[in-house]
Amino acid sequence: MITIEALELTITGLRRQDVEVLIAQEVVRPAGQPGAWLFRDIDVARLRLIHELRRDLALHEEALPVVLHLLDQLYDTRRRLLRLRAALEHAAPPEVQQAVADRLADGGP
Amino acid sequence: MADDPYQTLGVARNATDKQVRSAYLKLAKTSHPDLNPGDAKAEERFKTVNAANDLLSDPERRARFDRGEIDAAGHERPPPGPPPGQRTYRDYAQGPSGAQYSPGFADGDEHDLGDILSGLFGARARAGAQRNGADRRYSLTVGFLDAVRGSTQRLVLPDGGGLDVHIPVGIESGQVLRLRGKGQPGDPPGDALIEVDVTPHPLFRRVGRDIEIELPVSVAEAVLGARVTVPTIVGAVSMALPAGSDAGTRLRLRGKGVPASGQQAAGDAFAKVRIVLGPPDEGLAAFLRDRTDAPDWTPRAGLEDAA
Repeated sequence: MITIEALELTITGLRRQDVEVLIAQEVVRPAGQPGAWLFRDIDVARLRLIHELRRDLALHEEALPVVLHLLDQLYDTRRRLLRLRAALEHAAPPEVQQAVADRLADGGP
Repeated sequence: MADDPYQTLGVARNATDKQVRSAYLKLAKTSHPDLNPGDAKAEERFKTVNAANDLLSDPERRARFDRGEIDAAGHERPPPGPPPGQRTYRDYAQGPSGAQYSPGFADGDEHDLGDILSGLFGARARAGAQRNGADRRYSLTVGFLDAVRGSTQRLVLPDGGGLDVHIPVGIESGQVLRLRGKGQPGDPPGDALIEVDVTPHPLFRRVGRDIEIELPVSVAEAVLGARVTVPTIVGAVSMALPAGSDAGTRLRLRGKGVPASGQQAAGDAFAKVRIVLGPPDEGLAAFLRDRTDAPDWTPRAGLEDAA
């Protein structure tokens, strides 16, 4: 985990006051407490993505929370699918796995 | 990065800065790897698009590229994203730590698979409790003629067993056959539901109870009439092509469509005339060129008014 000072050095062009606003909006949720935030690896990666969305992809300020909320749902779904796949690989007999794979390849329900 | 940056962004060589910017934003949003985690090629596309934009958005470098002083690959800025060797947001968000930013529909319970998937396993558990067998769904591909005429086909099951399936006359794609008691064992056992997919035929086309076939005829046959042999689903039949049969004329062969079944009468077959010129015919060409009594007529009369 890193402090907000270290964060500013890690992501070039990221401003401290922007980070404070994102925390206040709960778009970014670091550990620690006001005045002494501690950013985990995922917080740093998330801030880098937000920074790119604004700077490189010209995403509007007001749209940012909506986009991130949708992204969070997307990644939620993908985590669940990965868990389901892991559970199938672990628990289902090979012929069931094959039958599921065939069914999906058919495009059937 | 050796691709032409203009082609990469899909803009003309004389595109304005604004057009370049707009094309870049559009492509960047659909290729940013963290916004498109299911697309394995997104990252590669994103790099290419960024490299092209870096070159074309800098007037000086764009001019040098246009003059051929630098190539598209020569001046690549490090692409956006974490420094090499570091994980992207996607890596974290999909892993266990991603739960931190879960929208919380599952009350933070990572073991809940979400409404769709938990519904699946919930249904399975309830069916087991009642001891009646679940239905099993299969799909079966049937050839066009077998589907029209009816047949019996063997469905091979995933467990190696088989089911004889009676295909009724005139079945169509998407119809589902129910075989009672052939699903999962139980009390009572479930049914097997077989969805039929009919493959198209190279010659025959089905329209309701009728069957259409395209009939190629020569110019001479179309003008003078002829006896022609037409394939149907019950074998070839000979029929008279009347003189003066124009392209598109449909000739009816009564009762040669989908056979009668149950309450439904048999359909008809239709041969649709298609006039084929065939190999070059100098004699015909000479006749058409030299004749003086051709009627004053154009097939395109009225076409312009209608348009």
